[in-house]
Amino acid sequence: MSKHYLPNTGPQRRQILQAIGVGAVEDLFSYIPEKLRFSGLLNLPDPIAEPQLVDHMEELAGKNNVEAVNFLGGGIYDHYVPAAIDHVLSRSEFYTAYTPYQPEVSQGTLQAIFEYQSMLCQLTGAAAANASLYDGATTVAEAALLALNATKGRRLLVAGSMHPSYRQVLATYLEDFGAEIEELPLEGGKLKAEAIAPRLGNDVAALIVQSPNFFGIIEDLPALGKLMAAEKGLFVVATDPIALGILEAPGALGADVITGEGQSLGINQSFGGPLLGFMGVADKLVRKMPGRVVGQTADAKGRRGFVLTLQTREQHIRREKATSNICSNQALCALAASVYMSLMGPQGLREVAAQSLAKAAFAREQMTAVPGVELPFAGPFFKEFVLKLPQPAAKVIAAMADKGYYVGIDLGRFFPDMNNCLLMAVTEKRSKSEILGCAAALREVLA
Amino acid sequence: MTGEKGLKFTKEHEWLRIEGNRVTVGITDFAQKKLGDIVYVELPELDEEFVEGDAFAVLESVKTAADVYAPVDGIVVEVNDLLEEEPALINTDPFGEGWIAVFEAEGDIDTSGLMDTAAYRQYAEEEE
Repeated sequence: MSKHYLPNTGPQRRQILQAIGVGAVEDLFSYIPEKLRFSGLLNLPDPIAEPQLVDHMEELAGKNNVEAVNFLGGGIYDHYVPAAIDHVLSRSEFYTAYTPYQPEVSQGTLQAIFEYQSMLCQLTGAAAANASLYDGATTVAEAALLALNATKGRRLLVAGSMHPSYRQVLATYLEDFGAEIEELPLEGGKLKAEAIAPRLGNDVAALIVQSPNFFGIIEDLPALGKLMAAEKGLFVVATDPIALGILEAPGALGADVITGEGQSLGINQSFGGPLLGFMGVADKLVRKMPGRVVGQTADAKGRRGFVLTLQTREQHIRREKATSNICSNQALCALAASVYMSLMGPQGLREVAAQSLAKAAFAREQMTAVPGVELPFAGPFFKEFVLKLPQPAAKVIAAMADKGYYVGIDLGRFFPDMNNCLLMAVTEKRSKSEILGCAAALREVLA
Repeated sequence: MTGEKGLKFTKEHEWLRIEGNRVTVGITDFAQKKLGDIVYVELPELDEEFVEGDAFAVLESVKTAADVYAPVDGIVVEVNDLLEEEPALINTDPFGEGWIAVFEAEGDIDTSGLMDTAAYRQYAEEEE
């Protein structure tokens, strides 16, 4: 077998093996039963020269339809990513940085994370935020674990309007925790506070909702917050940080834990990742919050500095009693969000949110003017909404893609009774002509 | 080492003051030295029920976190709230102001597994 990319030579390998008393590399794997071991060659094409490889990659990249007008959302959105973000991210001080355990050599990374946390607190109304988690789905699962741990309750009331993938991840994470997940029924695509009240009790660890929810509808957080105010259980809200440019911060509405997907904050949609999970908590939960936290301090000379703090909650110290098994964060994506929030500022974020809302409202109007297209839900929405079509959504999506429009997501993928429903997202990037073009194309496809 | 007289000790380096069915719990001077500066104490709630051996409080120092275990089956009837603001009381006065909580035992208290001051001293020395 050729080993072009392994840095040590044959004689060096033999030397290493001899030093540790092993005859061959294969012997190191002898504890794995023979039948479970792969033998032979990997199913890879033959080597090619670099220029041919570049051609091949370009050919693959050419399959991407980058010209299509994008109305895809469902948790990952096409917001504008300012050029300054990539510029900062591509500085090697940031992208090669290892976990900043040593504050004396990591002030830049630590400060970037500290600022990310601080801005996120301002945006969400949380008292403290962590340095980030993997993605929106895992933040919800981590919030549920936090609630179980902090309240000793066993029941989790989860909105049926929460992203179906988030609910799946939640169920997987909690499989062995002896918790009961109860899915809250919906009315017109959203929760009803009055219907939740009878389910509450001291054994409820958390009410977990998403707003704007999976269907783009804004849940009645003030009413839900009031409902939970006197409860032992925590009020967990997953949200879209862009929406917080114009909507009230969940922290001000009684949310104990605020989580969500931060991809909208300066990270490209790519092929669905990498993503950025964010989490902030009320003051009383700071020591139970999973993930790492960067704090501000002063050095021996009284100068401002930053360090990882509250590490005693973490696995490397508390072992099996850690509050979570998260031992990392999405440092580079958190940096992107940090740069994004600094570039935008409160005014810029409000502008992005206001434009997204206005354009989504315009798009919804245009799409529903197409004969046969209906709105199944009436609730207030932000930048995303559901359209009911006279045909299966999958078919319409394919036909629209041929006309240059990624018109949305087929909800039949998640809900068997919503085969004709489409989830459409509109960001500030969409122009009036793109929206009108899309409506015209939809008219042709449905004609 | 003030206040050590008449106390009972566990292998987990907790001291117990047993008065009828009431048990006051703290950690020993040896334990606080091992933990170092205590920066946070997670206290139990009043009326919270524990089974002997359950972790009822967590002590966080700058370098580690340690559980404190319930000495009996019973409920928490008093909590040293001062520790919320001043966790270092455990360092400065482990047998006095650094007490953590008082339990009311459900049944008779079995002291057979506990050590007296002399036995504990020897036990701690061996651990050193």
